[in-house]
Amino acid sequence: MDSETLLARITDYENRPNPYPLYAELREAGPVVRQADGSYLIGTYHEIAALLHDPRMSADPRIRTAPSPYPSGETVKPPFLRLDDPEHHRLRTLAMRPFGPPHSPGRVDAMRGEITRITGELIEELRDRKQIDIVDDFAYPLPITVICRLLGVPREDESLFQAWTDSIVATADIGPEEDTTERDRTGRQARQEMGLYLVNLAEQRRDRPTDDMLSAFVNEPDPALRLSQEELAETTVLLFIAGHETTVNLITNGVLTLLRQPEQLDHLRREPGLLPRAVEELLRYEPPVHMRERIPHADIDIAGTTISQGTSVVLALASGNRDPRRFHEPDRFDPTRPDNQHFGFGSGIHLCYGAPVARLEAEAALGTLIPHLSTASLVQDPPPYRQNAMLRGPRHLPIQL
Amino acid sequence: MPGDLQDGRIVIVGASLAGLRAAETLREEGFTGSLTVVGDEPHPPYDRPPLSKQVLLGKASADTTALPMRRDTDADWRLGVAATGLDPLEKRVMLADGESLPFDRLLIATGTRARPWPNPEEASLDGVFTLRTSDEAGGLAERLAAGPGRVLVIGAGFTGSEIASACRERGIEVTVAERGPAPLVGALGGTLSKLAAVMHRNHGVDLRCGVTVTTLRGDGNGRFTGADLSDGSRVDADVCVVALGAVRNVEWLAESGLAAGPRGVACDAGCRAFNMYGIVTDDVFVAGDVSRFPHPLFGYQMLSLEHWGNAVAQAEVAAHNMVSPGPLRRPHLAVPTFWSTQFGLNIKSVGVPTYSDHVVIAQGSLEARRLAVVYGFQGRVTAAVTVDMAKSLDYYKHLIETAAPFPPPLGSADRAIAADITIPSDVPDPSGLSHGPTVALTGHLPDRRLTVVQPTG
Repeated sequence: MDSETLLARITDYENRPNPYPLYAELREAGPVVRQADGSYLIGTYHEIAALLHDPRMSADPRIRTAPSPYPSGETVKPPFLRLDDPEHHRLRTLAMRPFGPPHSPGRVDAMRGEITRITGELIEELRDRKQIDIVDDFAYPLPITVICRLLGVPREDESLFQAWTDSIVATADIGPEEDTTERDRTGRQARQEMGLYLVNLAEQRRDRPTDDMLSAFVNEPDPALRLSQEELAETTVLLFIAGHETTVNLITNGVLTLLRQPEQLDHLRREPGLLPRAVEELLRYEPPVHMRERIPHADIDIAGTTISQGTSVVLALASGNRDPRRFHEPDRFDPTRPDNQHFGFGSGIHLCYGAPVARLEAEAALGTLIPHLSTASLVQDPPPYRQNAMLRGPRHLPIQL
Repeated sequence: MPGDLQDGRIVIVGASLAGLRAAETLREEGFTGSLTVVGDEPHPPYDRPPLSKQVLLGKASADTTALPMRRDTDADWRLGVAATGLDPLEKRVMLADGESLPFDRLLIATGTRARPWPNPEEASLDGVFTLRTSDEAGGLAERLAAGPGRVLVIGAGFTGSEIASACRERGIEVTVAERGPAPLVGALGGTLSKLAAVMHRNHGVDLRCGVTVTTLRGDGNGRFTGADLSDGSRVDADVCVVALGAVRNVEWLAESGLAAGPRGVACDAGCRAFNMYGIVTDDVFVAGDVSRFPHPLFGYQMLSLEHWGNAVAQAEVAAHNMVSPGPLRRPHLAVPTFWSTQFGLNIKSVGVPTYSDHVVIAQGSLEARRLAVVYGFQGRVTAAVTVDMAKSLDYYKHLIETAAPFPPPLGSADRAIAADITIPSDVPDPSGLSHGPTVALTGHLPDRRLTVVQPTG
């Protein structure tokens, strides 16, 4: 059965530049496709949407009893991204207090000016360059600077957190039949070190708050609304990594998509008002997050297939985004697309916490870059991709200006 | 009727949400004929949900809730003039200014108005309000901004509860009088009404249940000063909001021969109005709060809904059917949904909670003030209400649409011990409430069974 090897083929580095034909094959094979290791792969829009809203589906890797393409070995309590309600709700709500409405409605919006300033500085530095790397010169520095500012992390410690981030993100990769013992050990260690670093930073702000989220976390006056040390470590590591890792890919994928489609690039240059919708379309067409894992709490029936409790189910969000039963001409990048309810930020209770910042950053980055791209060309197409199949994006995107 | 459904004269009576959406949809669907929209208020279509929330909180003014027009409707908007009659034979709508509008097809979308205080003299006291229109909301908001000593709210349905919540958020003392046993009991049944009562009291509302207001008192100069209650007590207040539910605007249809009554204008699933003999018309359509339509998920009972989403969905179906030949017409089968925000809680509902005999707390708990309550009728899921847990709603909606067995399947995250215990849904007789329910099952109540007598031999 070819369809039983789909996940293996999707995660095969060979197919990183273009997994979309494999997603089409997945949707052809049916709504629920069993993999050789006993896990399931789901790539149709409506089934993914239903499962993301189904309270019987768990995000917690600890309830898994059957094979998973994800690495194992997580024994400590995961961050809220991989917890279920009510614990997920409690931690997410506490993490949201200094970040968004109702308690901090202005935090993200107040970043607008700063984001504009950062993009301006970045483009200024590239003024006389003939060739640049979109990833290293632009798509990475912007979100890392923004998340450092939001959390209150000194930008100078970059070398530390870049190494930690790489190790931690590697453990979140997906790939069947691989020995991940060493990778997992390194990842766990990085997670611990980074957590300690962030908690120490936060502790320095106790009673001496600076206007950032770490300060807010440790200076919360209501004891019932405070994170424990362990929760603070897990939460801030999650916010730091999720707060920049995916945005890098969103911006880079955006530039790549536009350079491959000069008529759309031209369209956006003439109509900058379309930019917010173009970002939404990018989130559908080339999303940074391709897959998420869920595990049923009880035996559940999906489109005629019964999936046993504890079995790993991989939701191919990027495939759902290209499902022709949901989107008209799904393989076309169309910034004017109406009714664009994509899975770019997931859906349901785990809907991306940082979506408002990601949108702002992507709009600012593309808005700044587009006027400079008119005569640009790709040095390498496809560009070299990062190893990760789940968080997919180019490692470098060299372009000639 | 002209052969070409895309041409001719269409009149829409009602210039609110349903009327506007219908007008937009008619043009989207290619209608090129003449379009007239009649509204008794002088304002262009506006949104009502903010009136009892942001407007009363002083966060938005009543004249800023205009509904966005999604496209040019190219319609003749006759605002500030009420329709007074319908001649179905001559196919004309009579207007209050003496004019009459000829039509080929008509859409009735006249909605509802606030049920007034039954004693007109007391109702006219300065300081006594109802809350339905933008003007009413503007007047009440002004009075709340002036800092009254106490506000009396009569009726603890959704509108009454939202008003009480807004008052407390502004630090205004408020008394709520409800004839039923608890707030929201008519819409949500016993379990959630207990939570609602706790929320009122925790936020400092002087909540009086099981009482009625017998008299509104004035100071002799026409100013409201307080009210007498059926338990012999008296409430001194400067402002009174009468939140007794809604009255359907059907009086203008009295001589039309349509099946129009206190519960609305009856229509088929395609929004075509019935006449008083139950014969379906093909040129008169109905949409929004004023309509009553059969719904297969709820035993084909005729439903009247006062929900934003229903007004939109039904207007779109009605408009589509007005310009489409029979085989291309669509049924209006949307699952009812509504939301409310009060006392810091987000309440969302799907299905018809009053169409139930039992409920179960499927997720969360009353103590956590975060829960999903699933309603069942005769062993199948018919509704769900979430409090601060709206992300689960789609899942429960799917259970309703597929008539899934009640209680719902095991395995939900955040499942309390109580999740295995079904309890009576405790939906009271609507006649025992101060306010009208926002969903009316206008056929028979679910506790009454009809028996079909089969002929023998």
